[in-house]
Amino acid sequence: MSNNDKKLLEVKGLQVAYGGIQAVKGIDLEIKQGELVALIGANGAGKTTTLKTLVGMVKPAAGTILYDGQDTSRIPVYHYISRGLSLVPEGRGIFPRLTVEENLLMGAYYRNDKAEIQNDLARVYTLFPRLKERYKQLAGTLSGGEQQMVAMGRAILARPKLLLLDEPSMGLAPIIVQKIFEIIRQIASEGVTMLLVEQNAKLALKTASRGYVMESGKITYADSAEALLANEKVQHAYLGE
Amino acid sequence: MDIFIQQLINGLVVGSIYALIALGYTMVYGILQLINFAHGEIVMMGAMITISAISVLSATGIGLPGPVLVVGGLLIAMPITMLIGFIIERIAYRPLRNAPRLAPLITAIGISIVLQQVAVLVWKNNPRSFPDLLPHEGHNFFGAVITDLQIVIVALALLIMVGLLVMVEKTKLGRAMRAVSMNQAVAGLMGVNINYVISMTFVIGSGLGAIAGVMVGANYGLAYPTMGFMIGLKAFTAAVLGGIGNLGGAVAGGILLGIIESVGAGYLGPLTGGVLGSHYQDIFAFMVLILVLVFRPSGLLGERVAERA
Repeated sequence: MSNNDKKLLEVKGLQVAYGGIQAVKGIDLEIKQGELVALIGANGAGKTTTLKTLVGMVKPAAGTILYDGQDTSRIPVYHYISRGLSLVPEGRGIFPRLTVEENLLMGAYYRNDKAEIQNDLARVYTLFPRLKERYKQLAGTLSGGEQQMVAMGRAILARPKLLLLDEPSMGLAPIIVQKIFEIIRQIASEGVTMLLVEQNAKLALKTASRGYVMESGKITYADSAEALLANEKVQHAYLGE
Repeated sequence: MDIFIQQLINGLVVGSIYALIALGYTMVYGILQLINFAHGEIVMMGAMITISAISVLSATGIGLPGPVLVVGGLLIAMPITMLIGFIIERIAYRPLRNAPRLAPLITAIGISIVLQQVAVLVWKNNPRSFPDLLPHEGHNFFGAVITDLQIVIVALALLIMVGLLVMVEKTKLGRAMRAVSMNQAVAGLMGVNINYVISMTFVIGSGLGAIAGVMVGANYGLAYPTMGFMIGLKAFTAAVLGGIGNLGGAVAGGILLGIIESVGAGYLGPLTGGVLGSHYQDIFAFMVLILVLVFRPSGLLGERVAERA
């Protein structure tokens, strides 16, 4: 089991100033290989900024980020995905005037193994039959839930080692959220390490094994998901109990 | 009726050239939401460099046939204009990528003036005749005349346009270009090197510009350092007419504008009782520009699919 103790991501003292304000004020965070970790917190707590920093979209003001034992701060944004770091951004970030299939294939843009890409594409269509039906449709004409499926499918085609999900449930009907979280569990069960940012804290903690609570740019709690779900203060502030 | 068909043919020829140039404007606009006003000067450079290259090639005394000389000159001019396009983006637009939209527009005009003046220094401010090396035997076409040269211009332009559309729709680079035009940040996350895609857009557009420049030179029989301004403005009008940012629109807008201009010019004299002659043909392009901006600012094909957030 030594492989399971390997730290895939190790963040220390991360500070990020973003648009003049300090959005992240020195956080520590680590994710072991194969873990599904939730990062919860209120709007504006700095969760999205943290994710953006992890994939190089925002540069840190201080602190270190080690991914797979290596400092990634100097590599350009477009190299992260080929290193196995993939972000499903907030608001899904699909390409509205590309077809569903073209959107999915953008996830495999950095790959050159054509046959394998076709296999992965077939797998995504098995996971989301809805997307197969609409593969030629422009993604901008899809419903919000279908767009989230496109964003998830695109991430699968990138074959990530560490998948970062930013608010996958945002703006979706409960039944679609269930479907999306089913897929999240399935991807996790296949060994993909995940960091899940969610406002739906209860759902996130029920899905994850560990969790971090973020508040005004700082980590206020770090514990197992069960312990956080049982924590009265967390319950009061984020679980609506 | 003969005049009408003749002007239709002339319009198709000029329109094909406008379309090639309009593609350069629209590609850049699609990706950067920037009007690259220096593009007309790229067209001029293509024509002028080709003329110089032809005279160098003929001076070798090998006695190459005319069409070979023109193609050879173009093959020398194209990489140079592509390099100029690449450099323009690097020095004039890239540093201003996150600046207010007006800033790169001003540098675009600045670059346009610089290129024009460099051309004046190199070639002097006189029209140069484009060497008469291509066959332009006329053929009867429903009572009008169409020349070999005109057939070659239209056929080549259409071939290049189809090739470009296929490239954008079917290749990986094309898919990346479209993705960058829709969402740069996410395209970067997907592993697309944004700067490379933008550079390639300028390089391809400038290559098309050089070909268009040679077509202009061959069609009118002359080229001059300040020619880029008017031809650029008209091709820009064509791009707006078709719906700027839309490749099919640039093609349709270019051909339509060429035909409107030629047919309009053909009847301008008789209709105004000789007050305005056909040399007033430029008014049509700008009438079209004004009408489109007033009544349909998104252009003919400028309608976009509903985008849900």
